[in-house]
Amino acid sequence: MNSRITDRIATGVFYTIAAIMVALLLYLFYFILSNGIPQISWDFLTSPSSAYQAGGGIRDQLFNSFYILFITMIITVPLGVCGGVYMAEYAKPGKITNFIRTCIEMLASLPSIVVGLFGLLIFVNITGWGYTIIGGALALTIFNIPVMVRVTEDAINSVPKEQKEASLALGITRWHTIKTVLLPYAFPGILTGAILASGRVFGEAAALLYTAGLSTPTLDYGNWNPLAEDSPLNIFRPAETLAVHIWAVNTQGLIPDIREVANGAAAVLVIAVLVFNLLARWLGSVIHKKLTAGK
Amino acid sequence: MAKATVNTSAEDRLILTNKNRRWDEVRGRSLVTFCAIIMIAATISVTVFLAQKGLQSFTVNNINPIAYLTSTNWNPVGSGEASYGIFPFIFGSLAVTFLSALVAAPLGIGAAIFMSEISPKFGKKVLQPVIELLVGIPSVVYGFIGLVVLVPLVRDNLPGIGFSLFAGVVVLTVMILPTVTTIATDAMRSLPDSLRQGSMALGATRWQTIRKVLIPAALPSLLTAIVLGMARAFGEALAVQMVIGNSRDIPETIFDTSATLTTIVTLNIGHTTYGSIENNTLWSMGLILLVISFIFIFIVRYLSGRRKV
Repeated sequence: MNSRITDRIATGVFYTIAAIMVALLLYLFYFILSNGIPQISWDFLTSPSSAYQAGGGIRDQLFNSFYILFITMIITVPLGVCGGVYMAEYAKPGKITNFIRTCIEMLASLPSIVVGLFGLLIFVNITGWGYTIIGGALALTIFNIPVMVRVTEDAINSVPKEQKEASLALGITRWHTIKTVLLPYAFPGILTGAILASGRVFGEAAALLYTAGLSTPTLDYGNWNPLAEDSPLNIFRPAETLAVHIWAVNTQGLIPDIREVANGAAAVLVIAVLVFNLLARWLGSVIHKKLTAGK
Repeated sequence: MAKATVNTSAEDRLILTNKNRRWDEVRGRSLVTFCAIIMIAATISVTVFLAQKGLQSFTVNNINPIAYLTSTNWNPVGSGEASYGIFPFIFGSLAVTFLSALVAAPLGIGAAIFMSEISPKFGKKVLQPVIELLVGIPSVVYGFIGLVVLVPLVRDNLPGIGFSLFAGVVVLTVMILPTVTTIATDAMRSLPDSLRQGSMALGATRWQTIRKVLIPAALPSLLTAIVLGMARAFGEALAVQMVIGNSRDIPETIFDTSATLTTIVTLNIGHTTYGSIENNTLWSMGLILLVISFIFIFIVRYLSGRRKV
């Protein structure tokens, strides 16, 4: 066949593939939002879910999702940033660094159900806590740390070498350079990465099924004592998140309005992830502009 | 003194670089090293604890590991003699993994080539955000859409009851497509322009350049993209569980119900008594998942060692 015709055909095929991807995304978003948004109302967002009656909301699930995300990030960000600093600045090429890198890759590629199993074994059974928010958050930490490490390492490596060398040449110690030169410069990158990671954590379900559990006790939102049984802030209580709720109502739900609740919950989940994504992009570009266009 | 800001003059900073700074350095260094050690500890403890727990069904319950892996009879609580053969689930896992990779690989690499070679502008402006958003959609949402759209569609138009290996493969394909595309795009973009220019200068068409020069040059990285996609497909639990039907027999056709290791673990680990034989066999499946995900990592490492460009 004429090579020019083949070239045309191939180009056509590539355009088709690109079109398929765009169509796929448009369809998915159209489906989720068109079915879900009519379900979302103030009432839906603020009433507790029901185990067997129609008309339940997602108040507790929504709160739990954000709360677990918050606790996870409190644990992950410092650990991940420090790990990233180590990898970028202190790790010398060699066997140990290689080993740590392998460990990070392994943690990053663990299936989330395996992380969930590990959480079930350690944070539920061995510690004897049962299903808890802190157990869920620690399980999520395991699969979020490698992401934060990588993000931090990339952000620090993207700092111009001159900045670092200038600081070191002034006789400033390595750690002080990291604190005052590298981290401030790398901050936008780390922030963007952390927000994107938040979106991932927010939608995670498999690791939480058997660590944070499938139920939420009756909560009293007026009780802010973190040690009280019915306080929403208590980290030693079971907590079903939004993503887990979608799975649970679909596979084991007894309520008559499964479709409606699942549609609404899926829309809230996707909108939340979308907001995380857009926020990360927007913040990234704003801070980037500030840094590059001078102050 | 440790709180000295950037605003202090260089002179001050030099003067401040005394013993206190040394201590600061030591403290900072130990802090980040400690965090690095935590990552090693996490990896080792995941491996050790899951291995110890996963081996119990062989060491404590005396299940024959060979029979466990190869028998097709999974009947942990049914009438008659209990039997623990997980081959149907291993088969299911491998089937969904390879079939979804088979579909996602050409599509993902095609999209990557589109973004890097055919229309970089449209690729960057439209396709890149599209893919990032697809990556962001949580897996339960994919499963939910599979359950309410795909399963009825398959039931009405194709043989079988809708819940099927086929539905699982479609859901997984959509899920791993963005993963494969992202990594493949990075691979294509990192190829030096001299390759393209050299080939074009010899009179090759764009397609000839792509097929004869660029794809072979990027091959190890493209394979890495596919393997990482497969790893994701293999480990995915909830989305597959919602559409695959979770039956315990080996599917005869692609439209039969099936089950994977992840779906069986997800479904049953909460319902069985901790420490019972059935529960222990589920932990063994978890161990198999862990081992196979390690194997995927070693394949990726091997491939990245072979990167030519």
